[in-house]
Amino acid sequence: MRDDNVCKGILVPGLPHPLLCPEKNEGWQRVRDAYEKARLELEESGAEILVLYSTFWPSILGHQIQAYPEPEWTYVDEEFHDLGSIDYKFRMDPEFAELAVTKCKERGLHARTVSYYGFPIDTGSIVALKLLNPENKLPAIIVSSNMYANRAESIVLGKSVRDAIDASGKKAAVVVVSALSNRLHTVEIDPKEDRIHSLKDHEWNSKFLEYLDKGRLEDVSQLSRQFHNEARVPKVVSFKPFWIMASIMGQNNLYDGNVLAYEPICGTGAAVVTLTPAEDTAGDLEYDEDDPEFYKGDREVLDFYDQPGMGPLEERDGD
Amino acid sequence: MSKGEIVMGALAPHPPHLVYAENPPQNEATAEGGWEELRWGYERLRDSLSEKDYDVIIIHTPHWATFVGTHFLGVEKFKSLSVDPIFPNIFRYNYDLTVDVELSKAIHDSAAEEGLLVKMMENPDFRIDYGTITSGHLVNPKWDKPIVCISSNRSKFYFNSELMQANMIKLGKATRRAVEASGKKALLLSSNSLSHRHFTTEPEIPEDMSKEHITNHNQYLWDMKMINLMKEGKTKELIDLMPDFTEQTVAETEAGCLTWLMSALDFPDYKATVHAYGTVIGTGNAIIGWDPKKAKI
Repeated sequence: MRDDNVCKGILVPGLPHPLLCPEKNEGWQRVRDAYEKARLELEESGAEILVLYSTFWPSILGHQIQAYPEPEWTYVDEEFHDLGSIDYKFRMDPEFAELAVTKCKERGLHARTVSYYGFPIDTGSIVALKLLNPENKLPAIIVSSNMYANRAESIVLGKSVRDAIDASGKKAAVVVVSALSNRLHTVEIDPKEDRIHSLKDHEWNSKFLEYLDKGRLEDVSQLSRQFHNEARVPKVVSFKPFWIMASIMGQNNLYDGNVLAYEPICGTGAAVVTLTPAEDTAGDLEYDEDDPEFYKGDREVLDFYDQPGMGPLEERDGD
Repeated sequence: MSKGEIVMGALAPHPPHLVYAENPPQNEATAEGGWEELRWGYERLRDSLSEKDYDVIIIHTPHWATFVGTHFLGVEKFKSLSVDPIFPNIFRYNYDLTVDVELSKAIHDSAAEEGLLVKMMENPDFRIDYGTITSGHLVNPKWDKPIVCISSNRSKFYFNSELMQANMIKLGKATRRAVEASGKKALLLSSNSLSHRHFTTEPEIPEDMSKEHITNHNQYLWDMKMINLMKEGKTKELIDLMPDFTEQTVAETEAGCLTWLMSALDFPDYKATVHAYGTVIGTGNAIIGWDPKKAKI
């Protein structure tokens, strides 16, 4: 194992079924069991803090980071309210959250902590924290998913969080809460008959999982735009979780991947995957995506006054 | 039992900033003011409602997004704290509201007859979305009328705007039928903005009005196009243009609220009353009323 301040990366799904009713479907139970295996890996990883990025928590005003010390509530999912209520009490790390915001600002991002009693923590974060950190052994922060952010901003966000981890001197585990393909069944289904919504979604999920199993995180990150087009319902502008994860973990393929489960949950691709820093690489390919260090704001395509000049046109074609 | 009726329909957008700016006792955050044009528009809407006798407010809200059918509140009382997940610094509102479960169930059943997939929400721990609370507060700050709250089915994401509209037209028809059968007088609210591209940063003082304007001119032009159609009573043309409008301005009409309202009002061909138009963090918001009595004049 390679020594790294980010000692574990974990991908988990965020729908509440593995928490609230795993017994209704064998696949949901396998996801629940995989959560348990991931929890054990996490416990043995030496992590001192959990950094969650949840695609279930959209933000608009830059990036929000949860900093309320002990958020507590009885939560009901807005879609799956009939599955029951979830009581939770978590342990956040306000100091680390502030540090992460400082690092975001240093890289040009608009960011802030949120620390309010009763703040509605999202379903995905609740499920992940309840199953991965049930006794609150590790303090956590939760990072929102800005709905307008595209790749450059997401990469810079990941680097900012990484800056905070390095500056804190703590070992961190990164947990990304996201489905792979996200197309839900839009009708009620018998839980026993759950399946991935389409063969195409399944094929793209399988491709991503094949890469993750080989530890090829940066390759998956580079393919995120394609995945968004092929296997995602475009509720937001882009598929960000692997950009964030790769950016925090170092933008390479140096990991041992472990696919602990892949099952349908209400039609979506629900995978539990762990990534552990390794010495061997699956190979770094030639990438064509930019690697920004600072965020300089949106580049408006219509704002042509800011575009570089093209110079005068030649009066006639030259050789 | 006499026949029920829709006494008025309104486009009643829900930026929490408008509640924040008014400093009601229910909201923990306090402001120095802001967004007066829209807040005064809500005053004018409330004035127009003061002459109306109604029993219930039916709200179709974008911020209760559902993907498996349309859901309805099915618990009589809700009392809790609503904290806006996007703007928690300005909206932390203690609510205490009553639901007309009987009418809620009647609309649910009527929608099922139209072939829509529907579901009652019967979990008492459920937290009411801030869109419902904001529109509800701004129209009726006393909260002395029961509400019916309808989720927004996001079929636009999974299929397209046309399918979403087809379903919302059915839902509107089902709502009208259920209201008429109930013998009740109802106020209907479409709780959505028009153009909906936000700024991604916030001024240090959120109510600093020197920073407030529409995100881009394109949005303004589209908003005016749609509002003028409402003013002219051309609501079928409005519906026809809605997919393009939604696409071009990332409009919150994607949630289907306005299409539902137009259908429930049977596509008014009389003039709407525009109480206000203004922007909130760059989004276009209009407060507009449709009074069916005007159709009869």
